[in-house]
Amino acid sequence: MCSKVVSHAANEGSGARRARIASRVASYFAPKTEIPGRVYATTSALTAISVFAAWSLLSYGGLVRPDFLPTPGAVLHAAWVTLADGSLLHHAWSSVTVILSGFILASVLAVPLGIMMGSFKIVEAAVEPITGFVRYLPVSALIPLLILWIGIGIEQKIAVIFLGTFFQQVILIADVSAGVSRDLVDCSYTLGAKRRHVITQVLIPATLPGVMDTLRVTMGWAWTYLVVAELVAANSGLGYMILNSMRGLFTDMIFLGILVIGLLGLITDQVMKALRAWLLPWAART
Amino acid sequence: MASLVIDDVSMRFALRRGGEVTALEHICLEVADREFSVIVGPSGCGKSTLLRLVAGLEQPSAGMIRLDGQPITGPSRDRGMVFQSYTLFPWLTVRRNVEFGLRIAGVSAAERAEIAAHFIEQVGLKGFEDAYPAQLSGGMRQRVALARALANDPKVLLMDEPFGALDSQTRALMQELLLDVWEHNHKTVLFITHDIDEALFLGDRVHVMTARPGRIREEIPVDIPRPRTFDVLTSPAFTALKRSILAHIREEAMRAVEAAAP
Repeated sequence: MCSKVVSHAANEGSGARRARIASRVASYFAPKTEIPGRVYATTSALTAISVFAAWSLLSYGGLVRPDFLPTPGAVLHAAWVTLADGSLLHHAWSSVTVILSGFILASVLAVPLGIMMGSFKIVEAAVEPITGFVRYLPVSALIPLLILWIGIGIEQKIAVIFLGTFFQQVILIADVSAGVSRDLVDCSYTLGAKRRHVITQVLIPATLPGVMDTLRVTMGWAWTYLVVAELVAANSGLGYMILNSMRGLFTDMIFLGILVIGLLGLITDQVMKALRAWLLPWAART
Repeated sequence: MASLVIDDVSMRFALRRGGEVTALEHICLEVADREFSVIVGPSGCGKSTLLRLVAGLEQPSAGMIRLDGQPITGPSRDRGMVFQSYTLFPWLTVRRNVEFGLRIAGVSAAERAEIAAHFIEQVGLKGFEDAYPAQLSGGMRQRVALARALANDPKVLLMDEPFGALDSQTRALMQELLLDVWEHNHKTVLFITHDIDEALFLGDRVHVMTARPGRIREEIPVDIPRPRTFDVLTSPAFTALKRSILAHIREEAMRAVEAAAP
């Protein structure tokens, strides 16, 4: 800021300064208006600190029983112990394997199917009845069937993640590909493109940003299915760790499991975000 | 040679709830080789539909369109088109957008680069070859679209209100640029607009279209000498032509209002 303005501000009366501050604070609450980056960061930090402070107050202050709410120290200690004996990494790796397998399998099938469904009415007519029905089924309702059909091994857990993401992906990606402008397709025809060019050189690249967004969103959903996937007959994984800790009232371990899932979810989300920016620089969000 | 003949073309669309609507009725129109022809008409008169028929993107219900005597059966690179909406491929740079048709046609990389550079320079975008469409203004995008259509060396250039989405200052500049480019290559052009000034400023011949069902009402040769600059907009010849077109359109509008009255 210009130094003249600063000195002027220092000289003005306290009443005028108060009015200026009041109007600036009021501007933070105007809808759809940018606020300074510093204010944004401070506000976010305050929220995080308040949650942590409330947690510390309730647990260290003895206001809630430690069986119900462990202290931050206890969670840190649990993290230390399980990191030292390698069990935390073992569980985390097991969960990551299940999630990535289910998610990649779903994506590999859903992306082409979704693109075709959004671009070809005939494919839409064929697929819509199934996706329309299955999309509202809770995945947990299918678990008994899954156990009956494919047992209780890792395949069953992967299948839960698959079913939880695949149908959502197909519908979302179909929507993305249906949104590709008709003029863009027509234009490529007038430039000499044949049908196969339109598919490979127009429809597919045009849907990529939307596909990446869909993959990022459904990746988040895949994480939310983790505990459901590890509900039955698991002997490793973060979901298993959480369920198992409940039986012994090890709330510190439950908290640890939840924090690790949240953290891994956050990391995968950031990776997907970075991947989109790197792969599709032309579709950068401003 | 590139002469375009629209021979007694009609277009009817079936309505979903039954029945049909006639968008175009008995359209006869000829565009001579190297002629800049403009169709002017109110919105909803079916002029865009007519252009899509010429492009081969749709088939007429009756009649025939011929280019150099050959009936048009589908889209082809000999009829390049510039759309009103922005149709640059957002994932391709300016250069790769302009090369799109050439790449599909299997033109060698060196030749593609040369042709693209030529047309990018002609539309005044030298230095923007590696920009993505999102980084360009509306006017610049339409200039790339023009360069992309021309790079294919089409026999006919079809333009569907290409400057319709631009602000009026940019539109005026684009019209001058288009004329400048056209003076260089003298393509056969079929241009569509609802703007009478634009039609008269650009065209060798203006076809006035009526609404619902779309018909060609009047064919007006524009004998304003070329190269034209913006001064012609205030010349007596221009004003006289504009007055006559306005009279036709007004008469047509009155008839439409009377027809709509119970």
